[in-house]
Amino acid sequence: MAKVEFMSQTPRSFQEIILRLQSYWARQGCAILQPYDMEVGAGTFHPATTLRSLGDQHWAAAYVQPSRRPTDGRYGENPNRLQHYYQYQALIKPSPPNLQELYLGSLEAIGVDMDLHDIRFVEDDWESPTLGAWGLGWEVWCDGMEVSQFTYFQQVGGHDCHPVSGELTYGLERLAMYILGVDHVMDMPFNDPDAPIPLSYGDVFKQTEEEYARWNFDVANTEVLLRHFEEAEAECKAIIEQEHMDPKTGKRIVMAHPAYDQAIKASHMFNLLDARGVISVTERQAYIGRVRALTKMCADAFVQTAAGGWTGDAA
Amino acid sequence: MADLLIELFSEEIPARMQARAADDLKKLMTDGMVEAGLTYASAAAFATPRRLCLTVEGLLDASPRTVEERKGPKADAPEKAIEGFLRGAGLTRDDLEERDTPKGKILFAKITKEGRPAAEIIAEVLEQTIRNFPWPKSMRWGSGSLKWVRPLQSILCILSREDGAEVVPLEVEGFASGNVTYGHRFLAPDAITVSSFDDYAAKLKRAFVVLDPAERRDAIWNDATNMAFASGLEVVEDAGLLAEVAGLVEWPVVLMGRIGDDFLDLPPEVLQTSMKEHQKFFSVRNPKTGRIEKFVTVANRTTADDGATILAGNEKVLSARLADAKFFWDNDLRVAKSDEGMAAWVENLQNVTFHNKLGTQAELIERMAVLARELAPMVGADADEAEQAARIAKADLSSEMVYEFPELQGLMGRYYAIAAGMSEEVAAASEEHYAPLGPSDDVPTAPVSIAVALAEKIDKLTGFWAIDEKPTGSKDPFALRRAALGFIRTSLENDLAIPVREVVGSSAHAADAEDLLAFLHDRLKVYLKDQGIRHDIIDACIAMPNNDDLTLLVKRARALSDTLKTDDGENLLQAFKRANNILSQAEAGSNIEYSHGGDIKYAEEDVERALFKALDAAEAVIAPAMQSQDFVTAMSAMASLRPTLDAFFEGVQINTDNDIVRRNRLNLLGRIRTLCASVADLTKIDG
Repeated sequence: MAKVEFMSQTPRSFQEIILRLQSYWARQGCAILQPYDMEVGAGTFHPATTLRSLGDQHWAAAYVQPSRRPTDGRYGENPNRLQHYYQYQALIKPSPPNLQELYLGSLEAIGVDMDLHDIRFVEDDWESPTLGAWGLGWEVWCDGMEVSQFTYFQQVGGHDCHPVSGELTYGLERLAMYILGVDHVMDMPFNDPDAPIPLSYGDVFKQTEEEYARWNFDVANTEVLLRHFEEAEAECKAIIEQEHMDPKTGKRIVMAHPAYDQAIKASHMFNLLDARGVISVTERQAYIGRVRALTKMCADAFVQTAAGGWTGDAA
Repeated sequence: MADLLIELFSEEIPARMQARAADDLKKLMTDGMVEAGLTYASAAAFATPRRLCLTVEGLLDASPRTVEERKGPKADAPEKAIEGFLRGAGLTRDDLEERDTPKGKILFAKITKEGRPAAEIIAEVLEQTIRNFPWPKSMRWGSGSLKWVRPLQSILCILSREDGAEVVPLEVEGFASGNVTYGHRFLAPDAITVSSFDDYAAKLKRAFVVLDPAERRDAIWNDATNMAFASGLEVVEDAGLLAEVAGLVEWPVVLMGRIGDDFLDLPPEVLQTSMKEHQKFFSVRNPKTGRIEKFVTVANRTTADDGATILAGNEKVLSARLADAKFFWDNDLRVAKSDEGMAAWVENLQNVTFHNKLGTQAELIERMAVLARELAPMVGADADEAEQAARIAKADLSSEMVYEFPELQGLMGRYYAIAAGMSEEVAAASEEHYAPLGPSDDVPTAPVSIAVALAEKIDKLTGFWAIDEKPTGSKDPFALRRAALGFIRTSLENDLAIPVREVVGSSAHAADAEDLLAFLHDRLKVYLKDQGIRHDIIDACIAMPNNDDLTLLVKRARALSDTLKTDDGENLLQAFKRANNILSQAEAGSNIEYSHGGDIKYAEEDVERALFKALDAAEAVIAPAMQSQDFVTAMSAMASLRPTLDAFFEGVQINTDNDIVRRNRLNLLGRIRTLCASVADLTKIDG
């Protein structure tokens, strides 16, 4: 069992919690990646999770992922809801036998005193219809509050996961508000409150929450969004259909990631259309199915790459 | 003799799966051991969030040596047959013994199986059990291929005798068995070596693990009720929640917390649902006012600050949750009290599909309103009220609270209808029209609620009948059997005469009324069978007129069933069948129907005359009784014919040479047939 570090001081800001998580998972041997440079609904969409959980190559990565859920926008007024927020994500493949202890170590690292709090692993099976993925695990409760999602991936993009990845997802704002004892997200110190220029979460994001809420709900041009959706879908398919052999370099280059970018784009366009309220209940399922078909194609392509465990055509 | 202790230690097992898993472990292990000849005195299994445990006492040290004798072919059978027998028994020719039998010389084989040590058998059975464990959902982890509910962490398996304990050696996918377990995840995580079940249970308790789920449940319930009592309050009972909570902790510590003043005015059901669903809290109620004022949460540990931090955290989370609920409640009340009222919600239901082929929820409501009005006079409800109630019964599906807590549908509608200024009767229908939800759920009894409940069920049945989506075999995706049973029970328990054919005709759907009625009759048979009324008795009543009035049908069936249970009734049935057979034969040979009743003046014997008189008397009772649907009186009058009828069959020969007398007697039997047939179609009765 890993020796768990002890950090007695409570963090003082949102960013300190992020920095401590980064440093903790770096010490556990994870590659600290940067956020993916596209709009996604959750940290799971980062190719470092979706694609890298496929195939037999070992992997360990952690990163912050800005995530967008247009329907959750509340103009920055709701104490807990945001259309743009941060997730912290760690993924280790194969899942190590002491992953629970590693996870508890991370809570301790960000100032949760294990002797005073009640940490529980409560059944919660994870499923992402758009990613064609599911896993078993728990929500982790701290004093009755869900602070993380803990999942052993069983299937992604329709492929069985072998070996299995262990995935940890922290909802950073909620977790930080709890640790820092803040009731409204906008009041949370973003940097150190004693810094020469102290900034709150509201100083950083109140303005954008308002702007995006208005755009998401009332202004976004649905015809344009729909066209983007369809273009991304078509481009994804077109990329996948390319010959594996690149005629220019003479190398075998399967373009799983560029295709996956298009799948992510389609997924985000769908979320925006949903927020504009133009997708009916019956259409919803059809859109989700279309995105799932794209991620499935990308997963199929990824396992044909070296990173996805492809070792050359046996035939 | 030895005692066996097994513990399968893992990451957290979902609470809802623990009890079943403990039972499965016990069954799979004991069945497997017994099948291998290893019998035992007693066994018990336990589960906590992190372990399944089995203890078996009085286990044999080894399976007994067994000798099986097997009879083979004749000694002079073809060589091939003997070879085949030897192969099957795993023996050679020298092992066979020739014996003289009445059928000649026959070969016999003796197959001896040596006993095997307990440890060997246990290791085999446990490995099979682990590999094939029937978890509802299982998973792989790491690089392995073993499946378990969550990652398995260690296997403890020991046999203990008076002189000490030994580890039963086995290995499953890299997990080797041992004699080590671990205590509470946070309070005592170190390894613990154990030598017997008693030692194990005692050491676990010192390591903050209560092994027995029943003990955890009792402890939680006692502490919770005592704590509430000390504040003059009471815990709202919830056995399901108690079992779940006991499955989330190894060391239960009960804490009682406050609900913020801002939220105390929320409907108690909202508080209760929100606290239970999201937080797994028990509600604590003031017995005087019925209001929920506090909550009980169960932590998995003790702390230096006596749970103060944990409780403060839980109160904070609850406040955030209830702030949401209050936000929904306030918004919903604003809508309900507005000028447009609940109509705005109903309008919104135009965008919600009920079923692809059956339109939107708004269209469903429109149809229910028409039906409810139609049904109102049959159930003693005011037609305007019934229609109004049907129009708002599903409005709350558009409310924010029901969107968040679907299980509060109907109940919220009731609150909102009151807020919108509707009568108690109309409001109640919102909640009660969904009833009965299960076979033991109460049916609605208030007339307006009944009208809306029946309207909903009839629209559903006729709708799915019209689009040919009837239940088949085990498939009933739209719960039509439940709807049918709901219709049946609501009609019967309220003693309502509902003409099904007419009502089906009034529905907006083109359903085959006879087919739907046959389905209702089938469900009625299933329902009445549980109450001890046989299928054939119901069939005898279905064959009678007005069989679409289910209440009437059941009254008839009950009376008939009771009558046939009496000696007179049973014998009358036999006599009726005899009369009917005689008549059928006589009528089959000729074209005559013996239905004019006979005339007493052609009667020759006293028993014959007595029967005429008895029939006169019975008819005088039966006709008016049938008129007033008093089946009990009618049938007891019918059964009272039995001695006279028996005497008649004993004393007279029907087929005499005198044709006039013969025909008169046949007509007399015809009169009996007609009389009985006016009560029920007795030809359908078995036996």
